[in-house]
Amino acid sequence: MKNVQKSKRANKSLPFFFKDEFKVSFVIIFISTVLLISTFSFDIVPPILNRGIQPATFPKALLVLIISLTLLIYYLSIKKPWKIEKKLPKPFFLTLMSFLIFIIISKTLDFFLAISLLSIFVSYCWGEKRIFYLLLVSIIFPIIVFIFFETILGLRFPPGIITNIYYQV
Amino acid sequence: MMAPLFSSKLLLVLFFGTLFGLILGVLPGLGPTTGGALILPFTMTLDPLSAIVLLTSIYCAGTYGGAITAILINTPGTPAAAATCLDGYPLAQKGEAGRALGMATVSSTVGGIFSVIILVFFAPLLAQLAYEFGQPEYFALAIFGLTMLASIGEGSPIKNLIAGAFGILISTIGKDFMTSIDRFTYGINELSVGIGFIPVVVGLFAISEMLTQSTLLNQVFKRVALKAVRLPSIDDYKKTWKTILRSSGIGSFIGVLPAEGGTVASLIGYSEAKRFSKNPEEFGKGSIEGIAGAEAANNAATGGAMVPTLALGIPGSATTAVILTGLIIHGVRPGPDLFREQPDFLYGIFGAMLIANILFFIFGFFGAKIFARITLVPNKILWPMIFAVSVCGTYSLNQSIIDVWIMLFFGVLGFFMRRYGFSVVPVIIGLILGELVEGTLRQSLVIFDGNWLMFFTRPIVLTFFILSLIALAFPLIRSRKIKKKL
Repeated sequence: MKNVQKSKRANKSLPFFFKDEFKVSFVIIFISTVLLISTFSFDIVPPILNRGIQPATFPKALLVLIISLTLLIYYLSIKKPWKIEKKLPKPFFLTLMSFLIFIIISKTLDFFLAISLLSIFVSYCWGEKRIFYLLLVSIIFPIIVFIFFETILGLRFPPGIITNIYYQV
Repeated sequence: MMAPLFSSKLLLVLFFGTLFGLILGVLPGLGPTTGGALILPFTMTLDPLSAIVLLTSIYCAGTYGGAITAILINTPGTPAAAATCLDGYPLAQKGEAGRALGMATVSSTVGGIFSVIILVFFAPLLAQLAYEFGQPEYFALAIFGLTMLASIGEGSPIKNLIAGAFGILISTIGKDFMTSIDRFTYGINELSVGIGFIPVVVGLFAISEMLTQSTLLNQVFKRVALKAVRLPSIDDYKKTWKTILRSSGIGSFIGVLPAEGGTVASLIGYSEAKRFSKNPEEFGKGSIEGIAGAEAANNAATGGAMVPTLALGIPGSATTAVILTGLIIHGVRPGPDLFREQPDFLYGIFGAMLIANILFFIFGFFGAKIFARITLVPNKILWPMIFAVSVCGTYSLNQSIIDVWIMLFFGVLGFFMRRYGFSVVPVIIGLILGELVEGTLRQSLVIFDGNWLMFFTRPIVLTFFILSLIALAFPLIRSRKIKKKL
């Protein structure tokens, strides 16, 4: 509660372009505008094949609606600022970073290894220091999940340095 | 009604579904929607009826399971149990945790069974009515569903509308289903088939919750001691039977409306229990009526939400959106024809919901103490495990690594959406209704020869449009009323 009040007070004293309400509205409107512009490059169906409206019309209408509503929420936020919780802590950014590392490792090295590394990294960053539990989340549990999906669902995981050993490639 | 369920396999599915649902409900941050989405890939190994029985039993038990955590650690296991905290925890602090859980279990069961009866009677009637619906009527109905979601859902109605429109926009990615023209694919082949429901739902619910949990690591739960769950006394029954029945009715009605049922139902059930109570001053301090009002309503919303899902193919809540996806991926098309062509299948679902309500009563009554211990599993162990299941589950549907990346993207997006007050539920409903909205709009315009005004010549369409306008005006009227009161 105190944090919310503090952040509300801090938010009030900032110039408008630093306020969260402006930043969020700006991002939504900017992305929507880029998407709206891209709809003009969609192929146009010849009248004889066209059923009802052009394929671009519906997304265009949605994007215009999103932009209009975002302008409205921004206008309303000037009168009544949003309640935004405290600043984000370090483990959040580490978890976010681990997602990026996951994407890189799963693409370049191995899908299973990426899951294992993310699990141990997140668990450690969140405060787990006991070796057994770190091994449980990073090795034992992923192996159980891997075998379950592989044998029961008949799933074939993407090739990689560890999965290739399992598949004897 | 029960005949299709008399097979050992289905009963086993029901048993494990209820058990799994309870565990999901007990764990704060998880819940029947996320759990349903995570289990969806596993259902591919089951026949359609077993798959839907599994999902519905998770839905019923998960909704009840939230009450255990709400009462014992003052944290709702599911959003629908938020109102239960108000009186459940204070009563537990007074040393009456067993009585509070007993009342929550009984009222949830009564609410759940009441709503199954409503489902059995009203779903076929609604399906019958749906025979009158053409493309324009379905379009108007879908619009009504989205506006209802925006107006009576959680948070700001305008933000909910933006989220709903965003969900529909996601559904337009890929090849246009009428002309096969690429939209928003930007030359990426994988995007031409569109964005799947599972990566979005797992991302928006499970991964965004994982990120949320990373911000709450210092949170300490204080668990109230529980000796055993006690059945409510005769006195308690005398005090609450009217509340339970009223809340069951409210919950079923709110559930039928195409919007996020359980959470809203429990809040209305709670406030109505307070309004009708002889002792409103006890509310918030451990009132047994408060627990009964909230719990009967949120469980009654489960059966209610299944009515539009099965009869019209319009999900009544986020969890029923997952169930609807389950139906679609198993080749079952909900709607009026389902009632005519596959009555056994439907009665199997009705029966399964009824048994699930009885099963969670038994599990809750005898096992609440054990389920409460699950909350002791630390987040630093639990969430990396959920991540592993989320990744493998999402990958398994199409064996596509792109789906996993999409899941992560929506996880991050969902986190920021929630942080800035945008509910993620309208995105899911928008995504699932997107094709229906666009398809029926375009086909209607073909019927009307491009004349938009023709929509207003059809009475059912007009009724839905007027209802949509009322739904949109409702938050405005409500806030003015509150201002006047102040």
